[in-house]
Amino acid sequence: MTEAINAIEMHSIVKRFPGVVANDHVDFACQVGEVHALLGENGAGKSTLMNVLAGMYRPEAGEILVSGKRVVLHSPQEAIAHGIGMVHQHFMLVPPHSVAENIVLGLNQPRFLLNLSHIEEQVAALSEQYGLSVNPRAKIWELSVGEQQRVEVLKMLYRGAKVLILDEPTAVLTPQEVEVLFHTLRDMTKRGHSIVFISHKLDEVVAIADRVTVLRRGKVTAANVPAKGTTKAQLAQLMVGREVLFQVDKKKAQPGDVVLAVEGLCADNDRSLPALRNVSLQVRAGEIVGVAGVAGNGQRELAEALTGLRRPTAGKMTLGKIALDRHTQWLKLGQQLAHIPEDRAVFGSVAELSVAENLILKRFYRPPISSGWSINASAVRQNADRLVVQYQIATPTIETPVRMLSGGNLQKVILARETSERPYLMVAVHPTRGLDIGATESVHKLLIEQRDADTGILLISEDLDELLSLSDRLIVLYEGQIAGEMPAEGADIHTIGLMMAGAKADA
Amino acid sequence: MNQLASSYRIRIETRLDNPGWTRVVSSILGVILALVVGGFVLRAAGATDPIGTYQEIFKEGFGTPADWQAGVTALLTNTDCPKGLLCFGPLSDTLVKTSPILLTALACILAFRMKLWNIGADGQMFMGAWAATAVAIFIFPPGTDRVLMLGVMALAGILAGFIYGAIPGFLKARLNINEIIITLMLNYIAYKWLEYFVVVGPWSIGDFESTGRFPVSATWPRLTEAAKSIPALSGLTAHPGIFLGIIAAIVLAWIFKRSRWGYEIRVIGNNPKAARYAGISLARNTLLVMGVSGALAGLAGMNEVAALRELNGRFQRGLGFTGVIIAWLARLNPLAAILVAFLFGGLLVGTQLIQPQGIASMLQGVILFVVVGTELLFRYRIRFEKIERVAIAPEALHDG
Repeated sequence: MTEAINAIEMHSIVKRFPGVVANDHVDFACQVGEVHALLGENGAGKSTLMNVLAGMYRPEAGEILVSGKRVVLHSPQEAIAHGIGMVHQHFMLVPPHSVAENIVLGLNQPRFLLNLSHIEEQVAALSEQYGLSVNPRAKIWELSVGEQQRVEVLKMLYRGAKVLILDEPTAVLTPQEVEVLFHTLRDMTKRGHSIVFISHKLDEVVAIADRVTVLRRGKVTAANVPAKGTTKAQLAQLMVGREVLFQVDKKKAQPGDVVLAVEGLCADNDRSLPALRNVSLQVRAGEIVGVAGVAGNGQRELAEALTGLRRPTAGKMTLGKIALDRHTQWLKLGQQLAHIPEDRAVFGSVAELSVAENLILKRFYRPPISSGWSINASAVRQNADRLVVQYQIATPTIETPVRMLSGGNLQKVILARETSERPYLMVAVHPTRGLDIGATESVHKLLIEQRDADTGILLISEDLDELLSLSDRLIVLYEGQIAGEMPAEGADIHTIGLMMAGAKADA
Repeated sequence: MNQLASSYRIRIETRLDNPGWTRVVSSILGVILALVVGGFVLRAAGATDPIGTYQEIFKEGFGTPADWQAGVTALLTNTDCPKGLLCFGPLSDTLVKTSPILLTALACILAFRMKLWNIGADGQMFMGAWAATAVAIFIFPPGTDRVLMLGVMALAGILAGFIYGAIPGFLKARLNINEIIITLMLNYIAYKWLEYFVVVGPWSIGDFESTGRFPVSATWPRLTEAAKSIPALSGLTAHPGIFLGIIAAIVLAWIFKRSRWGYEIRVIGNNPKAARYAGISLARNTLLVMGVSGALAGLAGMNEVAALRELNGRFQRGLGFTGVIIAWLARLNPLAAILVAFLFGGLLVGTQLIQPQGIASMLQGVILFVVVGTELLFRYRIRFEKIERVAIAPEALHDG
């Protein structure tokens, strides 16, 4: 017996989804007062395992012990009754309601009358106790993402969570906000809470965790490794199953003519609030310009304005010699302007259509795919056959609907479609989000190849490592404005972090 | 200690593959199940023998083998249909009913493929009938060439339907106004529009609530017109209007499968955001699809008045809604709609004499209900699953 007590134990958990075994006899334990990192690539089964622990999913087999006692969790309510609470990647908050209202949402108590001011006091006390500062009366939509995350944590604490599961909590935070979060987490463990920290970011895991359990393809590859004395390389190897190079191989960029010129661009977000304020930038042929920033600082609006999905309120955009404005026929521009959209499934592809049909999305209206009114079926097949081989898309047939493809292969379909015609400009938004390390590497290689083929690339990403290793120049967006610009080589991650948080670069 | 127990449980899970047969099977299952449910309703409505009732409906709608045999014999021997037998009568009536509902079904299929819920095919059909009537009795003189007259009536029906479908299309494209509400309400406006003209208004002849008989040139030629040389055709009202529907179905199938426009419609229907991403115009296609959808329904209206040979206050409502059900049962496949429309034509003809009168609508409703329900079968599948049980320590059992 170890001297430390396990707050929770999971034995031989099996969870299947149609077509995959997400958790294959997984054992997991988290001690009282530790931060236990659950590390693994996307799709390794981390979130599934923790959703089982939080009562969202019921496992096909296996058992869960809380403080040594076997429990069966049918719902998140039952999990929280046993002191297990989860903060999901996508927050489960009601934007028009206040912090306090969100915190009591779904609770059985009080049954009829809501004494909101009493609850607000309790929430305020709780937030002071844990250093999670947030105004209980504020409406959720008024809060920053970091603050919303605090509300989620408070919600779980209010319900008496002793074991707190955080699913990739740092994805939406600035480096400085991450520091604050880590501080809070350490504070909580001192008070006897246990934290399960789901991540695929090695630096963070090394920085915060006491012990690490690594999952790969639904199985545990290393259990309860002490984080101290373990290197990033070792963890990466456990996670991926082979050695990983953290550097991207690339030559020095040879920037050519300006392919994209943006001047004084302004645009509103979906709530009709200004999201881009007077943004001016240039992208040259053969260079990658990285756009850094915390999510929600205008990156999406920038990408959408450039690709015709959002109408700017002011400003000028020029692609080569073509003005991008309300008269632009975006359909006809598809071959010069490539777009790797933020969300593959929502924008980049049509789930029910086949691989072949998705591969013509940007070229169906011109020869050789179509002539006049009709679409040439054999040209569609030839196009698909060629691209599937060239981009090594793993698909049963070209007639398979793309919803059956994995994220990595779906991304390859989009990349094949967008890059095979040598565009002037490519707007790539989170091109590797959700991809495993192998797929990420091949996407990175492709972007560099495109750059070397003289495409100008605007790379929008939340992954600073990715931006630093791929970009030639970096732009930092903060609240819709350019907070700073610098060459990527030798850029200081701390400075970038400050800019992302709104501090202006030193003059 | 290490006892391993196992048991089974039923799980419903999402299908990863959608083999084509699931659609066919779930449609057929839907109809069978609907007939069973409908049987109970018939029972409750007083029918002592629901199966007998169904047989009667089938006989009225399609005839019996004896009828068909007699019909063939009559054709071959160039004689009249023997007394007491119906020969091709029921089939002919059913074909007449099939023509308009096939067209309204195609109207629905086109719009539904783009996820535009045009439930106004009824109104669009009324407007088509109105416009065709205007051509027939007010614009062209009675002596006009039949082909020319019918052609212009068809164009008028198409145009009126197009405009009446494009109105909600425009509102949807420009102002994002819900097309379901608008098309539904436009139905009632169309009913009243027609009522004004033929019941109380300028087109009514005396108190007959009717425009009166169209000139011959404005009516479909019927099989019975050839009865002088082929006596077996005597009394058959079948007309070439059915070919309009069949041709339209083939064209529509080609559009979906092979045309640029069809590709755009499928992309928008499956994922409008991806369509926007590709630069496909949603507004243009919304307007166009609603317009063409309305045009098909308008053609159904022309088809129907040319068959009725007059426009009167009893012009049948609801054929547009029947189109919705056919579209759904055909799984939005235009070619399948030909067969389904024929079956529904038989149902409409076969239930005409059944009391109480609502039986046809009741069965249609139940079929739609059940077919939508059976979609579960091709979205999900049922799996019997063995549950593994890990050995449980006895002390843990006490806690559990």
